[in-house]
Amino acid sequence: MTAAVSLQGIHQTFGTYTALDGIDLEIAAGEFIVLLGPSGCGKTTLLSILGGFLTPTQGRVLFGDRDMTHVTPKARPTTTMFQDYALFPHMSLLDNVGFGLRMRGQSRAARHLKAMKMLEMVGLEAKAAARPHELSGGQRQRVALARALAVDPEVLLLDEPLGALDLKLRRQMQDELKAIQRRVGTTFVHVTHDQEEAMAVADRIVVMNQGRIEDAGPPQDIYLRPKSLFSANFMGEINLIPAKPVPSGVQTALGRLAVIAETTGPQMLCIRPENLGLSGDIPLGEARLTDAAFFGTHHRCHFTPTAAPDLILIAHLPQAGHPTVGTLHQLYATSATLLPQGTPA
Amino acid sequence: MGRIIAWAYMALIYGFIFLPVGVLVLFSFQGGRLPVPPFNGPSLKWYGQVLGDRGLMTALGNSFLVAVVSSAVALLLGFLAAHALARHRLPGSVLMRGLLIAPMTVSYLIIALGLLSVFNGVGLRPSLLATGIGHVVINLPLCFAILYAAMGDQQKNAERAARDLGASEARILWLISAPMLMAPMLAAFFLSVTFSWDEFIIAFLLTRFDVTLPVEIWSMLRSGLSPKTNAIGSLVFLVSVSLLIVLEFTVFRKRTP
Amino acid sequence: MASIEATEARRAAAFVAPALLWVLAFFIIPFAVMIGVSFARLEGRTVVYGLSFDNYLRFFTEPSLFKGLTISLEITVVVTVISVLLAYPLAWIIAMRVPARYQRLALMLAVLPFWTSYVVRSYAWLLVLGQNGVINKALLALGAIAEPLEIASTRSATIIGFVHFFVMLLTLTIYSNLIQLSPNYARAAADLGASAFATFRHVILPLTLPGVVTGAFLTFVLCIGDYITPQILGGNNELTLPQLIMLQLGRRGDFPMASAMSIILMVVVTLAYFASARWLKLDRV
Repeated sequence: MTAAVSLQGIHQTFGTYTALDGIDLEIAAGEFIVLLGPSGCGKTTLLSILGGFLTPTQGRVLFGDRDMTHVTPKARPTTTMFQDYALFPHMSLLDNVGFGLRMRGQSRAARHLKAMKMLEMVGLEAKAAARPHELSGGQRQRVALARALAVDPEVLLLDEPLGALDLKLRRQMQDELKAIQRRVGTTFVHVTHDQEEAMAVADRIVVMNQGRIEDAGPPQDIYLRPKSLFSANFMGEINLIPAKPVPSGVQTALGRLAVIAETTGPQMLCIRPENLGLSGDIPLGEARLTDAAFFGTHHRCHFTPTAAPDLILIAHLPQAGHPTVGTLHQLYATSATLLPQGTPA
Repeated sequence: MGRIIAWAYMALIYGFIFLPVGVLVLFSFQGGRLPVPPFNGPSLKWYGQVLGDRGLMTALGNSFLVAVVSSAVALLLGFLAAHALARHRLPGSVLMRGLLIAPMTVSYLIIALGLLSVFNGVGLRPSLLATGIGHVVINLPLCFAILYAAMGDQQKNAERAARDLGASEARILWLISAPMLMAPMLAAFFLSVTFSWDEFIIAFLLTRFDVTLPVEIWSMLRSGLSPKTNAIGSLVFLVSVSLLIVLEFTVFRKRTP
Repeated sequence: MASIEATEARRAAAFVAPALLWVLAFFIIPFAVMIGVSFARLEGRTVVYGLSFDNYLRFFTEPSLFKGLTISLEITVVVTVISVLLAYPLAWIIAMRVPARYQRLALMLAVLPFWTSYVVRSYAWLLVLGQNGVINKALLALGAIAEPLEIASTRSATIIGFVHFFVMLLTLTIYSNLIQLSPNYARAAADLGASAFATFRHVILPLTLPGVVTGAFLTFVLCIGDYITPQILGGNNELTLPQLIMLQLGRRGDFPMASAMSIILMVVVTLAYFASARWLKLDRV
């Protein structure tokens, strides 16, 4: 059972501090959506509002067509996976996972059966009788997931669930989360500050900054066609070159380029490092290689253009090459985006 | 509804908690002879009697002396022991820690009796010294426990850095360890002073002529109810609370940089 | 390298020694002496050492003495139960309902009477509960009773006096327990459909139980060994064990008997410790 969620005109203030400044968001049923942003952007506040732990100062929260803005967490069709898991230390895993079912009045046999099924889904059925403190961080996280899903919520809220895990475990858990979500079909709302994690799991990413939504869309759209400079910067390393619109293109320090701007006014040319290299559609002129570091999958190189010695461009050169510091090269971009020049956050 | 019950309950319990104190302070200003209703207009005569009572004032001074000295000794011994046991894994560490904590688990009456037997045997007469020794016994575990818990890794690393930079052990102790532990040391000291100041049974059994304040008040009780007892009790209470308020504001200030 | 460690170990030993010696000289040895004295006999005014179980036998066979133990146990158990039942809700209200910035104040107020001397505090209850005391005068004035109630100098007065003290102590200990619980436990329980009562019963209570038991044990130990409160408030009809011990000491100078009874008191406390040890050592995350 799953539902679409609608957030309408959400404002949240704490005294004089505005945490959320007009959030409108439609979440489709069965979607895996990620709220992405730096700390303080309001993503966790928004999650709390979804979960019913906070009532918004203004605005409405709808599940399907039911207005649940003022409904308590107990009565909402959501469950939350907390950042510290909040597993009950004095109960076995089986009792933990079955807790929500117990609160709904299910018999012991019925809820043990369902709890075991959930533990099987996360691969921990063998430890059903163990206590949380006997488990590793990754295992506890899986139990928390099982417990939250055991009550068949319409929406599952995840509050930076993978923050405490090391890199390898995090990658593994990202895959598992995605797989489980596909299997149960529940709407997942996942909060994180890690853009790689967002791209790994999300059907759609919502980039937030200072209480507002900066950008929203599938990972590919957000990464390759960011709608704001903040979003562009946040999703990964990016080269920013000031540009001025001229007939059939833009004028930059590297010369006139055939990229069309969609708005008037000063622009910023955005080129991802992996779209910058020694061949491509958009010629950028001559540049000197000033630094190179091998990153396994590529060489991360610093270039200083001859035409604009104050500019530093970062390019990812192929793994097989041997970039040498001091050499001159012709640089090309394979794709670029233009964004209106505002203040990048 | 739940809120009303909660606040009502709080009011009732707080009322219960403050009832004896309220009565104590109120009737310390009693104009009449007995510290019971009716209350005859506020009068300071009992406070005057308290302040003029040499025995009482001497006892107060004695309490203070015993409390401060025994707490200082307990703090010193506790600090050294905690430092040694927190830094090095001596053989029998666990046993030593157990021994140092042990007196906390025994009733003061028993500690007092034991000391009385021993002091009788070696000819040490009941005195403030005997009482002070007993108070060190009850406060040493406290000081040790507080300081041992406070000597964590941050402490250890700071000392190691100092050693690395060439400081001698003595200077490390004086310039690094002691200042870093100032807060728990002060806490342990004040807690010990509080326990010693108010302690009755050890003082009762181990003093004869020079007594501490609780013992003196006890003898006052023998002669029946009197607002004079209210006065000395209220005096001690009000002074302690004022001290507490002062501490709250100085400590509180420190905490907000 | 070995010599540096050796020097450090020597220094550590030197640091620990004074404290250990103090405990040895002024706690261990007196304790051992007391055990020895408990097996001695009092003849006239002198203590005759030996191995005599007379004192212990006398204690268990003389009703007037043995009663002291039963009275102490009865009072202590009642006091512990009542104090826990009164203190827990107060601690819970302060920890969960009072706004965070007022919690310290609320707690300070709850334990303020600690700053009256223990002796004075019991004396104050004498004033409140006495025949001419505040309670009786108030009830008489209201016309609720015709004659003053006899509350002071009874077991009830002792219990009230004890409960007053231990409610404050337990509020402190239970509060510090509650405040350490992650707020997410209660949130998770509510999130999963638990009512406030269910959250308390299934999550909060079990998680705070070890702390409560520790507090209860502390109450038990302090209460059963206290001489002051029963002496001031209890009257002469019933004497607790500590009162009997002091009686042996004061009136008859009977060190051996007093020592034996003190040992018995210690044994009772130790038994209580083992009974609650299971809870005191409970492993929590």
